[in-house]
Amino acid sequence: MRMQLAKSMKIDDAKKYVAEKLGVEPIDLSDSDKMFDIRADKGLGRSFDMNNMPKGIEAKFNIARVLGIKINSVERFKDRAGL
Amino acid sequence: MDKYFTRMGDGSGVYMTADEIKAEIKDGVEDAARRGKIPELTQDEMDYLFEIITMPGNIVGVERGKEVVSTSDSGSCKITYHANIAMERSMAVLVSEKVLGADSVDIGNMDYSYKAVKQIVHNETPVMELAQLNTIMPVLYGSMPNLGLYTKPDGPVENWSELLPMGKIDESRAAQEEAVEHAVRDIVFVAGEMYASGADGINLDTCGASGDADFLAGFLATEKIKEKYPDLGVEMGAAGEFVLGMHGQLEYDGTRIAGLYPHMQVKLAEKAGANIFGAVVNTNTKESFPWGLARTVTFVKACTAAAEIPVHVNVGMGVGGIPTSEIPPIDAVTRADKALIEIGKADGL
Repeated sequence: MRMQLAKSMKIDDAKKYVAEKLGVEPIDLSDSDKMFDIRADKGLGRSFDMNNMPKGIEAKFNIARVLGIKINSVERFKDRAGL
Repeated sequence: MDKYFTRMGDGSGVYMTADEIKAEIKDGVEDAARRGKIPELTQDEMDYLFEIITMPGNIVGVERGKEVVSTSDSGSCKITYHANIAMERSMAVLVSEKVLGADSVDIGNMDYSYKAVKQIVHNETPVMELAQLNTIMPVLYGSMPNLGLYTKPDGPVENWSELLPMGKIDESRAAQEEAVEHAVRDIVFVAGEMYASGADGINLDTCGASGDADFLAGFLATEKIKEKYPDLGVEMGAAGEFVLGMHGQLEYDGTRIAGLYPHMQVKLAEKAGANIFGAVVNTNTKESFPWGLARTVTFVKACTAAAEIPVHVNVGMGVGGIPTSEIPPIDAVTRADKALIEIGKADGL
């Protein structure tokens, strides 16, 4: 979704891009079992079992870094927090 | 002879034979091809569509690996205003992400129009800021250009719907052109405030609801938003499959807007700088679900083939092959989704 919104990528290109960045195959992106662990490993945030894990804006810092994109709210956070 | 359960465009159930469904599919495909001057689906695609429509099981799904993402139209309002659950909207965004598993959602105001939002945007931005702090998925701000709101007595310009029956064509056109200027200014203003609040994107929803001038406002606003805030995503969604010529002479980038179907609308959205285009195909309540879905898939396939940006097909009640009923039946919704993704090659819903 982020690659469509940020880079106008069509679905197959977007999946391929994200999969490469995560080191998985595109088909793995919809495998909730696999992604549950990958999201934890890379600090991308997840819906459940979130103890001691990045949440919300914290996770988005990691998403921006892993995907190599700018996320508006992350940039705003940096500005306002003086980072 | 075996009969299959399917539906009419108004959602009511109906049993049809295989031959009847195949005839409806063929007729729907031909209707879209004739109106849009686009290619028909191939025989293989029509056969697969028949297979999808008659698949056993109440719900069906796409093949593994063909999943797509979704955006919304007033997404955070579904829980709050529509289902009447007393919940602050940034909380509804969290529920959408963590409980409903949404890929994205848009925050919108009860009066889902940029003109209305402009007055209260200072109360909308904190909702976006809170949502952005707590969510992982992209969160957009959405509203309609809704050009009709700019007419008297609520707005500053003459009402073209009153002028047209009086034969005042020039005055009607002038009023619409003036309304476009107001709408573009309001949309860009709200987009700027939302950009400053961390929004991932702006959803220009239901462009063309008031006709070609309404669509023009969407194109011009998108152009200005991308000029001023290049990093802010823009999703531009249509109001209908066919742009009504309430003005009739308006052009964008040398192309007359009135009369455009989705495969042409998307090209202008691209030129304006939109990142995602929301294609709409209307449901005819008097025709069958197989007829409407075949027609929709034909239009969508032509749209995604022409598009260089992702296309998210509108699949709410009354559009995208979905029956026009308050609670769209899940059997029809999942069949429409599968067909639009696998045959229509939709990038999202």
